[in-house]
Amino acid sequence: MITETAPFRPIVPRSQPANDTPSYGSTRLRHPMRPALRIPHSVTETTGPQFAASRFGARTDLSMVAGGAAQGERIILRGKVVDENNRAVPHTMIEIWQANAAGRYAHPGDQHDAPLDPHFHGGGRVFTDADGWYQFTTIKPGAYPWRNHDNAWRPNHIHYSLFGTGFGSRVITQMYFPGDPLLALDPIYLATPDPDARERLVAKLDLNITVPEWALGYRFDFVLRGRDATPMEQA
Amino acid sequence: MPIATPSQTIGPFWHLIDDPEWADLTRFGAAGEQIVLTGIVTDGLCQPVTDAAVEIWQTSPEATEVFSGYGRCRTDLTGGFRFKTLKPGPVRGLGNVLQAPHVAIRIFARGLLSGLTTRLYFEHEPLNQTDPVLSLIDDDERRRTVIAQQVSPDVWQLNIRLQGDGETVFMEI
Repeated sequence: MITETAPFRPIVPRSQPANDTPSYGSTRLRHPMRPALRIPHSVTETTGPQFAASRFGARTDLSMVAGGAAQGERIILRGKVVDENNRAVPHTMIEIWQANAAGRYAHPGDQHDAPLDPHFHGGGRVFTDADGWYQFTTIKPGAYPWRNHDNAWRPNHIHYSLFGTGFGSRVITQMYFPGDPLLALDPIYLATPDPDARERLVAKLDLNITVPEWALGYRFDFVLRGRDATPMEQA
Repeated sequence: MPIATPSQTIGPFWHLIDDPEWADLTRFGAAGEQIVLTGIVTDGLCQPVTDAAVEIWQTSPEATEVFSGYGRCRTDLTGGFRFKTLKPGPVRGLGNVLQAPHVAIRIFARGLLSGLTTRLYFEHEPLNQTDPVLSLIDDDERRRTVIAQQVSPDVWQLNIRLQGDGETVFMEI
């Protein structure tokens, strides 16, 4: 594998959510008040961990636990990971986690009055293939209340964590479902100022991924930060 | 050209397959000088941040199959994190300048729509005086927010303040 050392391109303005987002109440005491210090990219930022698939086993089917089928609507998630230069990102780790069909996480902190499912844990991992593709089978997560404001409900979503080729391309985000009326009311989704950027967090129903008589398929692609074509050497 | 996918919060109920084993970067048998990196994450009211994912990444010693250089730790009820890893050495920076030994840190939590990035340096390192990133921080007090204290021969502590007095120097990379 080639280790790339060119710096990542700067973040495009308005394409990422600001941590100071008052409509999302939990940001109030957690967002830094001072502007971030821009630092030049060195090997610390331009390289990242290359996880050995042999040590970090894949778990691509979340719809079954111990031979039992999870409750809910089975779905397939498939997509391609590329960088901002439209190059595929192969062999990179993708982790996901999500609530069950009733809208509850298998997490001790989640006390929402909805049933746990003994056949659903909600954590998955896969590595992209040589062309940057990944696929999971899971169930569609339910919406749940979250007390951010009066009668606040999170839209159905699946959390994604990706590494890419360097520490600078690391991202954690959420995938949403098309046509969800809660999206227009969700301060987390709406926190990304550029509407084109945030709409890319919404998966697309895809009949080519759908397996007839078995599961609907959704397409969800990623763009990770790309590298400067002409790295600038700094004094 | 496409633009990078937006970040979203990790949320309060994150659960990942390698939690909590991932806090021990030496678990696959990596050899070297073992150290512990610890600290407490607090918010704008000095209250512990008890639901954060703290991640570290280091390029020294060089990553191998038994040492990925990457760790993840859930903060506990005191806001505390604790990693077991190998002591990094100096690494080259831009223009071949030597960087002081450091570990990169990223913090994900409820209330953080994008992860926060900072670095952990080690006190008493002579190279701290000339490190190209530390040199960008002109205030001594601010610089100390990214320099861990040696609290015992093999334990280094760096507390992280997300907001307010003593706020950690976070970095845009």
